[in-house]
Amino acid sequence: MKPLLRRVALGSAAPLMALVFAIVASSIVLLIAGSNPLEAYGDMVNHASKLETMVDILNRATPLFISGIAAAIGFRMNLFNIGVEGQYLLAALVAAHVGGLIELPAPLHIAVILLVGMTIGATYSGVAGVLKVSRGISEVISTLMLNIVATSGLIVAGLKLWQAGGAVGGNVTRVGTEEIPKSGRIPDLNGFVEIFTRDIGRDRRLTGVLVVAIAVGIGYHVLLNRSRFGYDLRASGGNPFAAQAGGVPPKRMVLLAMVLSGAVAGLVGMTEIMSSGLFPANPIQNLGFAGIAVALLGRSTAFGAAVAALIFAFLDISSGILQNTGSASREIVQIMQGLIILAAVVAYQVTQRLRDREEAKAASIALSGATA
Amino acid sequence: MTVVSYLKNMPAWARWALYAFVGVGVLNIVQGFDDTSLLTAEGTTRAMLRWGVPILLAGLGGLFAERAGVVNIGLEGMMVLGTWFGAWGALQFGAWWGLLLGALGGAMGGLLHAIATVQFGVDHVISGVAINILGPGIARFLSSEIFNVKFKDQGGSITQSPRVPTVGRFTFPFLAGGDLFGWKTPDILGWFTRKDWFFVSDITGIVRGLVSTMSWVTVFTLALLPFIAWLLWRTRFGLRLRISGERPEAGEAQGVNIYFYKYVGVIVSGALAGLAGAFIASQELSGIYKEGQTTGRGFIGMAALIFGNWRPMGIFGGAMLFGYPFALKLQDLEGKASHALLLVTAIAMFAVMIWAILRKNRGDTLLAAVFGGLALLWYLTTETPPDWWAAVLPYVIVLVVLIFFTKRLRPPAADGQIYRKGEA
Repeated sequence: MKPLLRRVALGSAAPLMALVFAIVASSIVLLIAGSNPLEAYGDMVNHASKLETMVDILNRATPLFISGIAAAIGFRMNLFNIGVEGQYLLAALVAAHVGGLIELPAPLHIAVILLVGMTIGATYSGVAGVLKVSRGISEVISTLMLNIVATSGLIVAGLKLWQAGGAVGGNVTRVGTEEIPKSGRIPDLNGFVEIFTRDIGRDRRLTGVLVVAIAVGIGYHVLLNRSRFGYDLRASGGNPFAAQAGGVPPKRMVLLAMVLSGAVAGLVGMTEIMSSGLFPANPIQNLGFAGIAVALLGRSTAFGAAVAALIFAFLDISSGILQNTGSASREIVQIMQGLIILAAVVAYQVTQRLRDREEAKAASIALSGATA
Repeated sequence: MTVVSYLKNMPAWARWALYAFVGVGVLNIVQGFDDTSLLTAEGTTRAMLRWGVPILLAGLGGLFAERAGVVNIGLEGMMVLGTWFGAWGALQFGAWWGLLLGALGGAMGGLLHAIATVQFGVDHVISGVAINILGPGIARFLSSEIFNVKFKDQGGSITQSPRVPTVGRFTFPFLAGGDLFGWKTPDILGWFTRKDWFFVSDITGIVRGLVSTMSWVTVFTLALLPFIAWLLWRTRFGLRLRISGERPEAGEAQGVNIYFYKYVGVIVSGALAGLAGAFIASQELSGIYKEGQTTGRGFIGMAALIFGNWRPMGIFGGAMLFGYPFALKLQDLEGKASHALLLVTAIAMFAVMIWAILRKNRGDTLLAAVFGGLALLWYLTTETPPDWWAAVLPYVIVLVVLIFFTKRLRPPAADGQIYRKGEA
C-alpha cells in the first residue's frame, strides 16, 4: 500500500507543482504590471462559481478535452500529431456541409454528421501516417505543413464553394455553410441540468456534445487499458523494437494510431457546428494546439485530460470577468496557460528522473542482497 | 546518362547557376502563354527578397538550434516575441533599437527553450509547442499593458501598435545605380533591363531586383549567410557546436562542454527568429505590430531548413523559393501569373519524373507523373486559379520535396535527441 501511495503522491505532485509555479509566476507579472493578483484571482473564482459561467466552462472544456484525447492517442505511440488543428477544422467544415445537405430522422442524421467528421479527420491525418510509414517523413513536419494547407487552402476553397446563399436569418455574423436542420443537431443538456439546479439563464446552452466527449473519454480509457490493441499501442510507444520482436507490426501501429487520432480530432469541431448550426466563416481556431497542451498536462490519460481541459477552460472563460472589474488584464491567462504547460513538462521530467533513480537504487540494493 | 555524369562533374556553383538559368528560361517561356511578365519582373524578385528575408532568418535560426541537436518548433513563438519587441523598441528608442530588442525578445524565448530542453531534458517538440502558446500570450499581455495604454492615442490597442519607424534602405552602387559617398553611380543592370533584350534583360532585371532598394536588415541577413557558413564549418566553435548535434557523447569525451554549445545554439536561434519578427513588423513588410501577423512563417523557416538540407545556402534557396509565391500573389491582380505558376509546377513535377526514370524508381516516376498531370489538368481547365493557391504553394512544395527526396536529406545525427551529461 505504501509504494502505491508514494506513486500517487509523486504523480500528482508534478502537476500541482506546475500549477503553483504558474500562479506564482503570473502573480509576479501582475505585480509588476501594477495589478493586485489576489484580487484578480478572487474575481475569477467568484465569477466561475456562477451557474452560467460553469456552463460556459463546460462548453469550452468539451472540444478541448476531445482535442486532448486526439493528441494523447498519438503521444501514447510516441507520435506528435501536431495536425489536430487542420484535421478538426477540415472535418467540421465537411461535416457541417453534408449535414446541411441531407434530411434524415434525428439520430441517424446526427450519426451521419459525426461519422463524416471522423472520416475526414482520419483521412487527413492518414495522409501524414502514410507519408511516415511509406517514406519515413517525420509526422511533426508533415502535419505542420498539412495544417496550413488545410487552414489557408482547403477550408478557404470549401467555404467559397459551399457558402450558403445569403446570410442565415438576416444575421450578418452567421455567414457560413448551409444551416443544418433541427434533426441533425445534438440537443442541448439544459433540461437535464435544470433537474438538479435552478434554470440556466442568459441564453446559455450546455452543449450536447459533452455526451460525445464523455463517450470518447471512456472509449479511450477502455481501449488503451483493457484491449489487445491498447496494449500493443503502449508497447510500441514504449519500445518499438521490443514490440516488433513480440509480434506487433510497428508500421501498422503508426498508421492505426494516426488514423484513430485523426478520427477523434474530427469530433473537436462538433461543439461549434452543433451550437451555431453551421460552419462559420470565422470558426474558433487553435483548439488543436490547445489540445496538445491538455494532453501534456493530463499525461495522456482520460482522467488527466479531463482535469486539464477543465483547468484550461476555467482560465479561458473566467478571465472574461477581469475586463469588467478592471482588476487586471485578462491576457494574463494566456501567459498562465503557457507557463502551466512548460512547468508541467519540466516537473514531469524531474519526477521521472527521481523515480528512475529510486528504482535503480532499489534494484541495486535488491541485487546486493541477493548476492550477499 | 552522359548528361547526368557531366552535370555531376561540374563544380557546385556552376551547376546551380545552370539550374537557375534553365529555371529563368522556363519562367520566361511559360509567362508568355499567359500574357504576363510578372514571373521574371524586377518588382517580383525585389518582393521575393523582402518576403524571403524573414523566412531565411527563421531558417538560419533553425539551423543553429538543430546543428546543436535541438529541434526548434518554437521558432514561430519566438518570432511573435520578435514582432512585439521589435515594434515596441522602434517606437520607444528608434528603428535600430527595434531590431536589437526584437532579437533580444526572440533570444529570451530561445533561452526558455534551452532551459527546458537542455537543462531539464524535456522533449523538444513539446517545449516548442509550449513556447508557441506562450509567445503570443506574452505579446498580447504586453500590448494590453503598453500599446493599449501608453500608445493608445496614436492608434495602439491590444492587437496592434501604432506605425513603427524603420531603418533606411540600400542600393548597390554601379550594379543598380546606388550612391557612393554622395556620388550617383551608373545603373548598369538598369541600362540592360531597359533595353528589353530577350532573356538578357530578364536576367538583369531579376538581378537588379535583388540588389536595389533593400532594407539594411536584408543586407545584414545576406552578409550573415557566408558568415554563418564560415562560423559553423570553418571554426573551432562551429565544430564543437556541430558535434553537439551529431555525436554529443563523442564531444563530451573530447572535453567539449556540450550543454554550453546547445545553449548558445538555441539562444542564437531565438535571436535570429526574433530579428525575423522585428523585420516583419518593420516598414518593409507591414509597418506595425499586429496580432497573428507572422502567419506561420516560423514554420516556413523550418521548412526552408529541411528543404535546404540543414545548410546555409540551401536554406537561402528554400527561403527565396517560398518567398516567391507570396511576392507574386502581391502584384498579380489579374491572376495571370498564378495561372502560369501552375504550369511551372507541372513542368517541375515532370522534371522530377524524368529524374526518377533515370534512377529507375518506378514508384516515384508514377507519383511524379500523377502530380504533374494533375497540375497540368488544373492549368488547362481554369482561367485563373483561386487566390489561396499561391498562399499554400510553399507548404505543398515542402511536402513534395519530402516525398521525393527524404532519403537524400541528412539532418544532424542526434537532432531532437535528449542528451544527458555523463550518460554515455
